[in-house]
Amino acid sequence: MNRILIGILVGGALGVLDGLTAWFTPEVRPMLAGIVAGSTVKGLVAGILIGLFARKVRNLSAVLIFGTCVGGLFALGIAVMQGGHYFAIILPGSLVGLLTGFATVRYGPAPQPSL
Amino acid sequence: MNDAALERLREAITEPDLSGTRFSVLSVAGRGGMGTVYVAEDSALSRKVALKVLESSSELLQREARVLAGLEHPGIVPVHDSGTLPDGRAWYAMKLVQGERLDEALRRPLGLSERLRIFLQICETVAFAHARGVLHRDLKPQNIMIGSFGEVLVLDWGLARLPGDGDSGRVGTPGFAAPEADADDVYSLGAILNCMTPLPFAVQAIARKATAARSERYASVAALAADVSRFCEGAAVSAVPEGLWRKSARFLSRHRVAAGIVGAYLAGRGLIFFFTGR
Repeated sequence: MNRILIGILVGGALGVLDGLTAWFTPEVRPMLAGIVAGSTVKGLVAGILIGLFARKVRNLSAVLIFGTCVGGLFALGIAVMQGGHYFAIILPGSLVGLLTGFATVRYGPAPQPSL
Repeated sequence: MNDAALERLREAITEPDLSGTRFSVLSVAGRGGMGTVYVAEDSALSRKVALKVLESSSELLQREARVLAGLEHPGIVPVHDSGTLPDGRAWYAMKLVQGERLDEALRRPLGLSERLRIFLQICETVAFAHARGVLHRDLKPQNIMIGSFGEVLVLDWGLARLPGDGDSGRVGTPGFAAPEADADDVYSLGAILNCMTPLPFAVQAIARKATAARSERYASVAALAADVSRFCEGAAVSAVPEGLWRKSARFLSRHRVAAGIVGAYLAGRGLIFFFTGR
């Protein structure tokens, strides 16, 4: 399985999970379906970007940092649109990016050496 | 005359006279109750071979040579030649296997996957023989050789039962032979598996099922090997009835990557929830 596909699968799955955790915040429960959909799309797009990055870079630390930043930036965008809950959105989003980055490096094939 | 001198004299007397053959004895590889295995030189092909000479009945050794010659398999030592010495003793020459016996190998710390690989190779060889109607009837760690390249060979087919043979009564080695009158290789393989300690719970259960009463035992060596293979692949084994807890544990163990990532996410999310309240 290539790194982009792993990024999509892990990013998407964690995106769904990330969205579902909104159920624990009672005031946003009525919007749960929209949150899950948005969070899933965010996870899928972040997964593609992290997978693409991991295909070029061998270094695990670099991929973890990139993943955390991408996840965090996407979450920041959503938090800005929401107009609040910055930590509650950015921290889990960064965690999704971090874990997606780890999965792409640890379980994806080694990157092709450049000629 | 001291013991060493007596031993040398005994060796000189019992050393086979191979003058009419292309073999010459180099050393003694091992002695058993029924015969002696020598390391010999094959002058025609300039290679070393193992030469087995039986002390008593020549028919038994010739029979073993015929069994081996009829079973062409990577797990069975090939026979090169056979004959009778001038003094009437029978001999046969086979490939000289460099390595160590399973009982010796198990004294070293071997990983579980390596032990199960060896066991599955033994099963494959025995199942091959069974498919041709041959039962080994004396399987034990001392009769298994691990070659220097990791190959696994099943030795000593002297007590094997061929298709058409009548029941020859109780045979085999205590502890490895089935308690019932007619020997069962499945039981012996279960006893060998029991020697490969330490074993996880599921493999212990497989060994128990293989050494259980005949009616509860695996029906064939192939069924026993299939259960061990299923364990190696992380699937359920027929020897262990699974409850929800064990099924969940096996599922998590089989998908530990996904479980680890989800677990890490939930742990992180829990911490965030704890500190931010959202």
